[in-house]
Amino acid sequence: MGVEGIGARVARKEDKRFLTGKGRYTDDMSVPGMKYAVFVRSPHAHAKILKVDASAAKGMPGVIDVLDGKQILADGIGNLICGWMIHSKDGSPMKMGAWRPLAHETVRYVGDAVAIVVADSVAEARDAAEAVVVDYQELPVVIDASKAIEAGQPQLHPEAPNNLIFDWQIGDETATDKAIATAAHVTEVTIHNNRLSPNPMEPRAALGIYDAGDDHYTCYTTSQNPHVARLVMSAFYNVAPENKLRVIAPDVGGGFGSKIYIYPEEIVCLWASKRTGVPVKWTSDRTEAFLTDAHGRDHVSTVKMAFDASNRIIGLKVDTIANLGAYMSLFSSAVPTYLYATLLSGQYDIPAIHANVRTVYTNTAPVDAYRGAGRPEATYLLERTMETAARELGVSPAELRRVNFIRSFPHQTPVIMNYDAGDYEASLDAAMQAADWNGFAARKAEAANRGMKRGIGMSCYIEACGIAPSAAVGSLGAGVGLWESAEVRVNAVGTIEVLTGSHSHGQGHETTFAQLVADRFGVPLDSVNIVHGDTDKVQMGMGTYGSRSGAVGMSAVVKALDKVEAKAKKIAAHLMEADESDIVIENGELKVAGTDKSVPWFQMALAAYTAHNLPSGMEPGLKEGAFYDPANFTFPAGCYICEVEVDPDTGRTKIVQFVAADDFGNIINPMIVEGQVHGGIAQGIGQALLESVHYDASGQLLTASYMDYAMPRADDLPSFQVSTSNTPCPNNPLGIKGCGEAGAIGSPPALINAITDAIGNNALTMPATPQKVWAAAHAAK
Amino acid sequence: MAKVTMTVNGRQVSGHCDDRTLLVQFIRENLGLTGTHVGCDTSQCGACVIHMDGKSVKSCSILAAQAAGSTITTIEGLAADGELHPVQAAFKANHGLQCGFCTPGMVMTAVDMIRRHQGQLDEATVRAELEGNICRCTGYHNIVKAILAAAAEMSGARVAAE
Repeated sequence: MGVEGIGARVARKEDKRFLTGKGRYTDDMSVPGMKYAVFVRSPHAHAKILKVDASAAKGMPGVIDVLDGKQILADGIGNLICGWMIHSKDGSPMKMGAWRPLAHETVRYVGDAVAIVVADSVAEARDAAEAVVVDYQELPVVIDASKAIEAGQPQLHPEAPNNLIFDWQIGDETATDKAIATAAHVTEVTIHNNRLSPNPMEPRAALGIYDAGDDHYTCYTTSQNPHVARLVMSAFYNVAPENKLRVIAPDVGGGFGSKIYIYPEEIVCLWASKRTGVPVKWTSDRTEAFLTDAHGRDHVSTVKMAFDASNRIIGLKVDTIANLGAYMSLFSSAVPTYLYATLLSGQYDIPAIHANVRTVYTNTAPVDAYRGAGRPEATYLLERTMETAARELGVSPAELRRVNFIRSFPHQTPVIMNYDAGDYEASLDAAMQAADWNGFAARKAEAANRGMKRGIGMSCYIEACGIAPSAAVGSLGAGVGLWESAEVRVNAVGTIEVLTGSHSHGQGHETTFAQLVADRFGVPLDSVNIVHGDTDKVQMGMGTYGSRSGAVGMSAVVKALDKVEAKAKKIAAHLMEADESDIVIENGELKVAGTDKSVPWFQMALAAYTAHNLPSGMEPGLKEGAFYDPANFTFPAGCYICEVEVDPDTGRTKIVQFVAADDFGNIINPMIVEGQVHGGIAQGIGQALLESVHYDASGQLLTASYMDYAMPRADDLPSFQVSTSNTPCPNNPLGIKGCGEAGAIGSPPALINAITDAIGNNALTMPATPQKVWAAAHAAK
Repeated sequence: MAKVTMTVNGRQVSGHCDDRTLLVQFIRENLGLTGTHVGCDTSQCGACVIHMDGKSVKSCSILAAQAAGSTITTIEGLAADGELHPVQAAFKANHGLQCGFCTPGMVMTAVDMIRRHQGQLDEATVRAELEGNICRCTGYHNIVKAILAAAAEMSGARVAAE
């Protein structure tokens, strides 16, 4: 590795603009004649719309227009869709209810958009929005998913009787039931996975610009995947054909999944721009974000884990109810199925698994992927169950895991996944050593002398990233392929642009993708620019989610670099009258191996463009593109250990150490990887200790601001001890597995296992607030 | 509409705005200084922190008209002569930022924190002082590290100068 190549701890190229206030986020964009939008939203969780009267609002100062759901319907703008088809176990397709970008008949959750007000300023638009009179006829409400599928409950969509979207299963039920029936021990638990709000710090925003001269639309938006946004807006919402629609996701201030989806607002802003003849910008405020950004998690599961007499797991049976909210968001159906139940084997060799998943409509915000997406739910379920089993069986949690680890690869699980590589014991050992697991008893005794209850907990996670071979996901119901594209353009002076379909919203692609090029050609990092986030520049891409940018996006770059390298060598060989097989590229020069003959990189590039002296028949120029379709999922894994002290008087939990030992395969920039782990762990600790979305029985969101929803703050968290012990992924050219979601996946069970260890009561749900912990600690006495 | 005049990043500026205009809106919309961000509507997140008459202030918690006559520094005014301020440099060196959205507020808060504590900071103090700034990307680990590094460097430089 060079100082700027693969594996180097390079400071980020993009930092300067962010540190000096020169970042360009969607709300920073301003175009001539631009006006501001505010949405009129339902204050009711479930109601019929009898009438929308905007006459008073339209006469208010600064108001350009007020547009409603009947108008957008009349203009032929389509329904929002879920892009992953799941079939119930009876063979019937999932029951998708209509989601209109502006509701015109029924609103189904608080925050459902009803109308858009366009005005000269945000303040004037907000004033006018309050003057739009909507007559609602309130309908009964159901919030809880387990209740919503019972008979006689309020019905959200006529398409989905009993609010049941699908009743899906995976695995072998007969074999699993048999294992449970013959088991020496069965551990049974009920697992709640709390609903979360993703909360990227940049709220969602959209700027729709319609150009009547060319009948062309431009949309600046806070998207993790602008090409998918363009595809969906074009193919399903009838906004405009793809060649008439440019989507730009400029600097995006965090996503964590919530900016994958295409929401009503960007569609409505584009449509409203055409209707009003002015560019229309909307920026969410934080309360709107809590109300309308897709939430994450919200599962309730019952679990039976069967063991033989030697503590080996012989069967796992899971029954899950997943709340998908009022409408099916873009990938909502995939999260509690193929991103969840396929990971239920964890790091363990389990011969029989069966999972049943029912997904349910309720009068709450749509639920979709949030950092980890299904894999945190699977990991929390498994690792809480393993911990419970260890306590019931009277064996150490580490030993129970060791006995059950998968130790040879490839390993075919009973739930689709074929694990390609890993060394789970290495991560476990590394974490236990870093945490000084063996010294815990002494620390616990010392804490007890101070009146504190000290506990330790671990979690061994696995996840599936990269998502995934296109043919495989297609056969499972995905509406898109999950490859990635790249184009490498070498300029005539030798500088290089890499265009990628991946999108960076904090991950540092402008640095890490450039490191690949610096590594390959020995050119300075500063001579490489990464271009992303604009459908007019990058031809096509699938975007960034599922920790896929390294494993899939960079693999596409590698394929394009291979082609550039091959042509560059041909040109250099021709210039030096050498054989191309003798050409090596080092330190920015193309050399004839074993001689002192060389051509600088820039001279080769110039030769490609002057085209005065190219090999016979070669086209001028040096630009190559590639699409990379992954051969398999990748399988990052690791072990997390958390140690806590609980104050028995207050129930307050203090995290005294948090250790992460991850296996991410090969690493491009360890500094950036560590940052991803830190952030993921913080979100996992947030879920376990602080965060939870609460609706009251009438469907009002009680946690709709930072005064009410407990975001992790600096003084809630410790510094983290992170390390990696890596087994390269055999299925992609760089050996990368992915690191973006691991922290959020592995950390919640480690923390809850630690707290329940400290208080001596296993009955505790997330978030483990002081009140809950105090009650559980005292119930244990 | 009122006319508001103040000194921003060393330059006297004026603008007309509604009485209800917040200082952060004035900075972003009237002055076009979009480095100061809005991440919430309850003065909790700290993405909008600027310096007003030398102290860190959440610019969403004050009206533009109230800031008339004051001296304001925004994130755009922190780097002198194209050189990053030591706090900015420390954030870069320590990977104290990811998506960059909370970063301007974090940096402005950190500069004021180091000034008030004369560079004498420890991890617990930095974490307590960051209570009013929310970051969703970094888990604060590298932000804390960056602030401690900047504080050490700046107090070292001060000691050397004395």
